Amino acid sequence: MSNTGRIAKAFADGKAFIPFITCGDPDLETTAAVVRAAAENGADLIELGIPFSDPTAEGPVIQGANIRALSAGTTTDKVFDLVRNLRGDVTVPMVFMTYANVVFSYGAECFISTCSEIGVDGLILPDLPFEEKDEFLPLCRQYGVDLISLIAPTSENRIAMIAKEAEGFIYLVSSLGVTGMRSEIKTDLASIVEVIRQNTDTPCAIGFGISTPEQAQKMASLSDGAIVGSAIIRLLEQHGQNAPEYVGAYVRRMKNAVMQAD
Amino acid sequence: MTNPNGRFGIHGGQYIPETLMNAVIELEEAYNHYKNDPQFNSELTELFNEYAGRPSRLYYAAKMTADLGGAKIYLKREDLNHTGAHKINNVLGQALLAKKMGKTRLIAETGAGQHGVATATAAALMGMECVVFMGEEDTKRQALNVYRMRLLGAEVIPVKSGTATLKDAVSEAMREWTSRIDDTHYCLGSVMGPHPFPTIVRDFQAVISKEIKSQIMEKEGRLPDAVIACVGGGSNAIGSFYHFINDEGVRLIGCEAAGRGVDTFETAATIATGKLGIFHGMKSYFCQDKYGQIAPVYSISAGLDYPGVGPEHAYLHDIGRADYVAITDEEAVQAFEYLARTEGIIPAIESSHAVAYAMKLAPTLDKDKIIVITISGRGDKDCAAIARYRGEDIYE
Repeated sequence: MSNTGRIAKAFADGKAFIPFITCGDPDLETTAAVVRAAAENGADLIELGIPFSDPTAEGPVIQGANIRALSAGTTTDKVFDLVRNLRGDVTVPMVFMTYANVVFSYGAECFISTCSEIGVDGLILPDLPFEEKDEFLPLCRQYGVDLISLIAPTSENRIAMIAKEAEGFIYLVSSLGVTGMRSEIKTDLASIVEVIRQNTDTPCAIGFGISTPEQAQKMASLSDGAIVGSAIIRLLEQHGQNAPEYVGAYVRRMKNAVMQAD
Repeated sequence: MTNPNGRFGIHGGQYIPETLMNAVIELEEAYNHYKNDPQFNSELTELFNEYAGRPSRLYYAAKMTADLGGAKIYLKREDLNHTGAHKINNVLGQALLAKKMGKTRLIAETGAGQHGVATATAAALMGMECVVFMGEEDTKRQALNVYRMRLLGAEVIPVKSGTATLKDAVSEAMREWTSRIDDTHYCLGSVMGPHPFPTIVRDFQAVISKEIKSQIMEKEGRLPDAVIACVGGGSNAIGSFYHFINDEGVRLIGCEAAGRGVDTFETAATIATGKLGIFHGMKSYFCQDKYGQIAPVYSISAGLDYPGVGPEHAYLHDIGRADYVAITDEEAVQAFEYLARTEGIIPAIESSHAVAYAMKLAPTLDKDKIIVITISGRGDKDCAAIARYRGEDIYE
């Protein structure tokens, strides 16, 4: 069954707020509660991280979440079970964020068909650039899972090429470097978004370095939405199993800020 | 052997964040330009010969040959290069290329510290800034090399993430590169990572087999029967193999680090125990669990302590052109001691893995056969660790 089109819903009613959660940090029960709290408090799309031993695109905060999740025994199969259960009541679009080897080693077809079966709408792989997307794209198309494209501050002459073939939504990386909170985002994102818009109708959300409502509002006003990871992982790091209520309140605040964006 | 898109059979490719794509494309374009530029090549040859001390000797190990009683053994003495290992070949090439590209800063990962020292050396020579990422565990195992890098003006950053060894140093160098690309070249130390690194590093290291070929023709009037080198990422091995790949009569043998044994979890023998995967920018073989989590590997040798292998080796293995064997810590330490006593040459513990296999192979071959062992580096850096392995505590 194809899930294509569900991601579009996330962007249908104005600017989207997209939280990122590493599955299994500190345990899968907490992840389930955090996902529900985020969905209830206005998350438009939820990015679920499948932990990887060597997350080369992540800063220290999300690296820590990956280590905690793996130490707690999280596996790809257990993450699939988690989503299967969540889909009983959670209707918000969900995408996986992980690394190419997690998909490849599971057996790409097995991984992607399972995504489709359990209701995962898309796949974000930070180590799969445009040139290598044929590794998984045919299977993603076959099973109706959107393979999300990333565009970076250094993409320049590549923006149009990537945007033209983008599906689901475009993940615009706000800054050089790895994930993590930043006091200031200096990239000229408006001109990148302009090139994206000239080449596609696929919505575009900005991530990397966003933690405050002010930043989220600003990023959402430049694009179609804001993605936040490290700031949420920090709440999990601080509050552990009690994190769901804090994440819920944070998502509510951020969603309100994003809705203020014009 | 490289396809236009950087594939060796099914291996290789460019599995990296979008942020780095234009940087590797720019690097590939610059390399394709300069590799055919006579000025670049004459500058590099000058550096190789006048600065690094090339060509390195191909030494006939008469005592070892007599002692083992089989094939004639030659040692390719990369340990005699400036900075004490083959790493300088690649680093001089990349640093010169980076300089031509207008980069002012080199970053590098290092395991044993040899590549870090070589990069710090080239940076000092060429007036470039240098930052080296080294697993915290390795900074302890190789404290002398940390001091050498600092002495040469480099900043050494101990990496605490993951297993705090070579793979984590590579990850951290990649992260650093994504945050600072404009003025910075990532001087990758082995034939691994995203295209074009496996090709660039191989081409700069191929000077080893080019020299072996002409030296053995001069000494013996024929090609060797086998070339043996140690393999971590595999740069000295591919350098030793490259000009023999089309000479089918020459056996190519790569020696991986088995650590405490390929049937234990404390091993770094990727081809023996790994499976196909995608990591650090390339498709190749990796030590990993069933869910694709990269395994914490182990070897007494910090330079071979890596969970993957370069994509061209993976390809040579697939097509059966090269053989890969696994050598344990104990075998490598015995070879380290043996070469010291027999020939008065202290090889790096990495290179000792190649010596160890030659010690098994030579006695099985007739006396008219010839084998070449690449001594990729010298073993001074390893003396304290080997003494400890033998239960003796010495001050460095």
